[in-house]
Amino acid sequence: MTDFAAVVPAVTRPAASVASPKKAVSALLVNGVLVLIALCFLLPLAWLVLASLDVRASYQTQIPDRLSLENFRAVLTPDLTFRPLWNSFLLSAGASVVTVVASVLAAYPLSRYSMRFNKPFMYAILFGTCLPITAIMVPVYSLFVRLQLIDSMGATVLFLAATSLPMAIWMTKNFMDSVPISLEEAAWVDGASAMTALRRIVVPLMRPGLGVVFIFVFIQAWGNFFVPFILLLSPSKQPAAVSIYSFFGQFGAIAYGQLAAFSVLYSVPVILLYALVSRGMGASFSMSGAIKG
Amino acid sequence: MTAGLIASAPASPASAGPAGRGGRRRRPSPAWRLLPVVPAIVLLLIFLAGPVVWSFYGSFTNASLTGTNAQNPAWIGFDNYLRLFSDPVFPLSLWLTVVFVVASAIIGQNFLGLGIALLMNRANSAVVGVVGTCVVAAWVLPEIVAAFVAYAYFSQDGTLNQILAALGMTGPNWLYSFPMLAIVLANVWRGTAFSMMVYRAALGDVPIEITEAAMIDGAGGAKRLFLITIPMIKSSITTNLMLITLQTLSVFTLVWVMTAGGPGNQSTILPVMAFQEAFRFSDIGYGTAIATVMLLIGAAFSIIYIRALRPSKG
Repeated sequence: MTDFAAVVPAVTRPAASVASPKKAVSALLVNGVLVLIALCFLLPLAWLVLASLDVRASYQTQIPDRLSLENFRAVLTPDLTFRPLWNSFLLSAGASVVTVVASVLAAYPLSRYSMRFNKPFMYAILFGTCLPITAIMVPVYSLFVRLQLIDSMGATVLFLAATSLPMAIWMTKNFMDSVPISLEEAAWVDGASAMTALRRIVVPLMRPGLGVVFIFVFIQAWGNFFVPFILLLSPSKQPAAVSIYSFFGQFGAIAYGQLAAFSVLYSVPVILLYALVSRGMGASFSMSGAIKG
Repeated sequence: MTAGLIASAPASPASAGPAGRGGRRRRPSPAWRLLPVVPAIVLLLIFLAGPVVWSFYGSFTNASLTGTNAQNPAWIGFDNYLRLFSDPVFPLSLWLTVVFVVASAIIGQNFLGLGIALLMNRANSAVVGVVGTCVVAAWVLPEIVAAFVAYAYFSQDGTLNQILAALGMTGPNWLYSFPMLAIVLANVWRGTAFSMMVYRAALGDVPIEITEAAMIDGAGGAKRLFLITIPMIKSSITTNLMLITLQTLSVFTLVWVMTAGGPGNQSTILPVMAFQEAFRFSDIGYGTAIATVMLLIGAAFSIIYIRALRPSKG
């Protein structure tokens, strides 16, 4: 899995116990190089944090004369922060709910019946995950204009859901494959329908997996700039990603500190969610392992 | 972000799952069985397949952003494509896209990610945790925030030039003098986490016995890397290369915020060119033709990728 935290404990360090002087030097070198790389990755972010706390921030990275939350206070207004963040939440949560429901329903027959339909469908899905979404945004815009869906939050939610659906179906099917069919067979014997078995048995068992799918779709929609930038025109409907861009265009040249504070407020939710998933992912694996055993 | 999940997918798209054992059960008729798939199919047809088909159709029209051609575009045949292939910006844009993908994804993200993952295998676990978090941080941020941060970092009086000044050098205005270098480095910064995570997972799956056996046989570090580790993670390397290529092909926000394709057209990669033609110069039909070219490039890579996955199914 791509998850970081879950991978860390599994990796053993070869020959760490053999502590010859040569090894100690090379270990020092390895750690040193890694720390240097980490610094390079962290450096650009220093500006974001320092500028958000500095009233007189510029594009220069500098230690503020005094730390202040003034920038945060200035941007914490309904127009600047609360409404865009609420719009971001509506778009992301809507897309996640639609995606999870549609992909659970779709994954069930794909996972439970072997049909001639499965293979071509899964290949089509795999192809869909590869589609460069940026490439279709111009045609999507003109299609939405024709269908009079431009500036509609509902249509944007459905579009965001559709773009993450291929991957979500793929993941959900994999999670569902690891739920043993024997439990459902017992339910069928008792006369439950396939949909009842799905709702009562399969979904509860794969809840951690569905949580992962939900949060990943959410993070993706939350961070998306291009899709709402093209499809939503009225400022009252635009999510934080777009409002921050307009803010930057209007005031960015003078209000660096506020721009940084706004960026921090907008980024914190996804960072927290990512932390949640990277821990929950391990749990979802151990779950499937426990059932298999 | 998208492909963060794809890498987790196993190589065989049509693995049977537990379905194989379903022989004894009461079977609904095939049409009923597919009923739950319908909502997903409808969504995919309207919002993914629809725009793709529309892209081919729209590229043959003179649709515009406003005016009469916005409501009733006329069929103009191959005019958009003829114009595209005689447009001096197009070959430049195509070349810049190739440079961007090769330099930032295939060379930058891929090798740096592999390097970090290999080093992590031999590093102190506390260092591994900290380094992992730092690299992933750039990747988790919303793309627009990452773009602002990169803009600030590379701007005239930004952090990079401050560091150079501290070392006694005068840095250039990166975004103006070396726009491609700036966006390539920014994309390496933003995207390396993905490759790092793919390779970390792959290296974790290499059985320790094999490396140990090679070590006992006297194979040195470089030999073990090239003769054992690399061949064993070959399928992960293929997957990673394809996925980061496709991801990088669809990078727009980072470049749009940092340089907006400029100065002149010096960093106008294809997504930026399509956006500018469609929305700045109000020529939706022409922008759609560029989009169609991008779709074809993406489709070609996807097909290579899917074919490359197939043999590993065994």
